[in-house]
Amino acid sequence: MSDVYIIGAGIHPFGRTDHRSGRDQGVYAVRQALDDAGLEWSDIECAYGGSAASGAADIMVNELGLTGLPFINVANGCATGGSSLASAQYAVGSGAYDLALATGFDKHDRGAFNADPKSYGLPEWYGQTGMMLTTQFFALKIQRYMQLHGISRRTLGLVAEKAFRNGAKTDHAWRRSEVDLDTILNAPMINDPLTKYMFCSPAEGGVALILASEKKMRELGADGVKIANISVRTRPPNSFEVFQPAISVEEGGKPTVLASKAAFEGAGIGPEDVDVAQLQDTESGAEIMHMAENGFCKDGDQEQWLAEGRTEINGKLPVNTDGGCLACGEPIGASGLRQIYENVQQLRGRGGARQVPTQPKVGYSHVYGAPGLAAVAILQR
Amino acid sequence: MSVLTPIAEDLWTSEAQPRLIGGKLASGKIVFPMPAGDAAAEVEPWPLSRNGTLWSFTRQDFRPKSPYEGPGESQHDFVPYLLGYVEIPGEVIVESLIVDAKLDDLKLGMAMELTIVPFNSQHTTFAFRPERAA
Repeated sequence: MSDVYIIGAGIHPFGRTDHRSGRDQGVYAVRQALDDAGLEWSDIECAYGGSAASGAADIMVNELGLTGLPFINVANGCATGGSSLASAQYAVGSGAYDLALATGFDKHDRGAFNADPKSYGLPEWYGQTGMMLTTQFFALKIQRYMQLHGISRRTLGLVAEKAFRNGAKTDHAWRRSEVDLDTILNAPMINDPLTKYMFCSPAEGGVALILASEKKMRELGADGVKIANISVRTRPPNSFEVFQPAISVEEGGKPTVLASKAAFEGAGIGPEDVDVAQLQDTESGAEIMHMAENGFCKDGDQEQWLAEGRTEINGKLPVNTDGGCLACGEPIGASGLRQIYENVQQLRGRGGARQVPTQPKVGYSHVYGAPGLAAVAILQR
Repeated sequence: MSVLTPIAEDLWTSEAQPRLIGGKLASGKIVFPMPAGDAAAEVEPWPLSRNGTLWSFTRQDFRPKSPYEGPGESQHDFVPYLLGYVEIPGEVIVESLIVDAKLDDLKLGMAMELTIVPFNSQHTTFAFRPERAA
């Protein structure tokens, strides 16, 4: 497969936009991405996109123009964005097309996601008795992890404090105000040990990325960032995931570890080469555990990393420079592409107040979601 | 008060000391709950040991949305509840409500035992509680 570049990136601000549908937020992002790349909609040769709760993406042609292009709807839960991007990459990398669009958008109701046991192949009693909540899974996973690896509650708070500090510097973030550590730690508990400031909320937003072949990028004189690798993996045997009435006594693998290893191998680099990372932070504990699962540190090292500020924008490995899911919220179909958008901006040096100061060359992003899947993308300047 | 019925059939045995009903796959692996429908073919019902150790735990501090059917009507009369995973040694790690304990009592690895408890005005459900000294 030949090299593929992201030459245009657009985003509709995340959060709440009452007067605009999820799909319209996607259209807004597509127009911004086209402007960014200096292209017209009629230039785009194929498109991939989707949402979890805001309908099909191909209807966007009503607003964008009936150019007759093939537009594939992608519905892949939390990996919708990553899968759209991977599909667009294959379309261009195979040589079939020179310009492709990947887009994702969503608009969710307030409050925790409402899960239907049947749609996950689970018995009704699991939901009726109050055990089928994503927030519980993350609390149960970090509770055990903290006790096994010596992570403190204060460190959970530091992750959230950093997220809001970065969000305050980010135009597309939802939470634009800093929140101090004491407020975070003393806020109402959702699921012990996680307080309300340590969880992201369902939100709204849209992202669009325009992919080009190397030849097309040069022809256009576009400011491109290379996709070094995208790897999507579903769960291996005996893993611990959301919505499991029971787990195996044998410790299994983790989809994040598999996707991360595949992405590093595919890109021919290692964790030490990464300059900026966007890691799935559904809650504070997820960012901590995902630092290790993605190979950036050993289990337990996070306690020291956070204390030393190593994941701050000016740290050794800046993590979630736009505030991540904690500050941006999580519109499922758009969330993974937001991470890519952020890395594209960072690698192009367009991060503004949140720009990583060391001229980052390698950007890493990681999505994790139900029912146990992970997507990793590595971008290179 | 009417007689409470189990939240689901065949979730636990009707013995004096009930056991959760898991399944034993052809490979020998134990799963919970016992699979239903076509997935149950070649799975042998396998009553699990009543005793295990606490693998992880948390407390649910806000009232879940539907399909939750616990007692009460709203957040105002909601009573936070404990839940966690209990490792049944050599069998499987089961997610369960936890009763007869406070959050501060819970520690990884502590001994737990199965109990059947009232859940709402209609049903009983299974739960684990810290094992009591004899």
